Amino acid sequence: MHEVSLMAQMLEIARSEAANAGARRIDLIQIRAGALSGVVPEALRFAFEVLRGSDAVTAGARIEIEPVAVRCRCRTCGREFEPSDAVFVCPDCESPDAEILSGRELELTRMEVL
Amino acid sequence: MCESCGCNREEDFGLSTGKEGGTGFHVHRNADGHLHVHRHQPGEHAGPNPEDGGHTASTRRVEVRQSVLSANDRQAERNRGFFQARNVRVLNLMSSPGAGKTTLLERTLRDLSGFVRMAVIVGDLATENDARRLREHGAEVIQVTTGTLCHLDAGMVRSALDAIDLDKVDLLLIENVGNLVCPASFDLGESGRVVLLSVTEGEDKPLKYPPIFKAADLVVLTKTDLQEAAGYDRDLALETLRSVAPQARVIEVSARSGDGLEDWGRYIAEETRVYENLRKGVQSCGE
Repeated sequence: MHEVSLMAQMLEIARSEAANAGARRIDLIQIRAGALSGVVPEALRFAFEVLRGSDAVTAGARIEIEPVAVRCRCRTCGREFEPSDAVFVCPDCESPDAEILSGRELELTRMEVL
Repeated sequence: MCESCGCNREEDFGLSTGKEGGTGFHVHRNADGHLHVHRHQPGEHAGPNPEDGGHTASTRRVEVRQSVLSANDRQAERNRGFFQARNVRVLNLMSSPGAGKTTLLERTLRDLSGFVRMAVIVGDLATENDARRLREHGAEVIQVTTGTLCHLDAGMVRSALDAIDLDKVDLLLIENVGNLVCPASFDLGESGRVVLLSVTEGEDKPLKYPPIFKAADLVVLTKTDLQEAAGYDRDLALETLRSVAPQARVIEVSARSGDGLEDWGRYIAEETRVYENLRKGVQSCGE
């Protein structure tokens, strides 16, 4: 729902990093979006298409969104697993007490700049 | 061939209308099936530099590794420190629209204001209606209208704090924008996350919106006086919550009838650590 404002922040980070690197323009922005981050990759992509033109630095950029699956570690037996649905139950000992290792992230990982 | 967009890779659509010196437009299909059109600058199609992992001579890779929410997270940490320094506990109340946040807050202000000094920040897209309702109970209430934004963020809370004298507050209640998706991603600097779920919403709601329930410290099942009318299956609801959000404490209340409010009062008492004053409040709250 808030993908547009998140993308605006993402482009702000991208432009400031590009300026720090002395780049004139950004060709590629790579991000990671976790399944629990609350954002929909399609909506992020749409927001990107709309917003990238607002600045010459990003106007010609592409985006790559790498989905990150949820990974958990069972607090009871220590097993790591990828849950298949919203119930994070350990496949070995069936404990529902799982620590979330990944899946919440939403980060700008790297860029290709000119 | 375009090395910077890789549009001659096998999975690409491979439609390049831009020969060198042509229009410069490229149309290709990304790996995920989306069409992508872009235009190249003159001279961009210089040959790849083998020493640069096959990139064009002039493109470089910049490692960023920055969370997009980092600006919000930093502000949230500043808020948290600000609250701790003033010994104020902060609850972030989240739910879908109409789950009963304002009604629970009204009841809380009415029953507990003699025991805990409370202030409220209310987020809505528009109107001062909720703030007006809550002000009738004598508490300091700041309405934040977010315009089109679907959640409160840490910066909005920081701005609202200018209008509150925190030295006179033990507990700050933040009523987030009614929404079960976005508020889960935005730390406000709270000490506790409270998610409300009304019995009329369906027992499987935690399965449909797992992130917010997985982030909850406390889940309040509201409107329990309507259980029967809603055909609510209590065992199923509790079982679903236990499986999706095993970390969360669960209480059941009806702000209208008063049922279960002593559990809510007890939670607030533990949060604010004002047991002595609240013991009386908890009793009157359940009456």
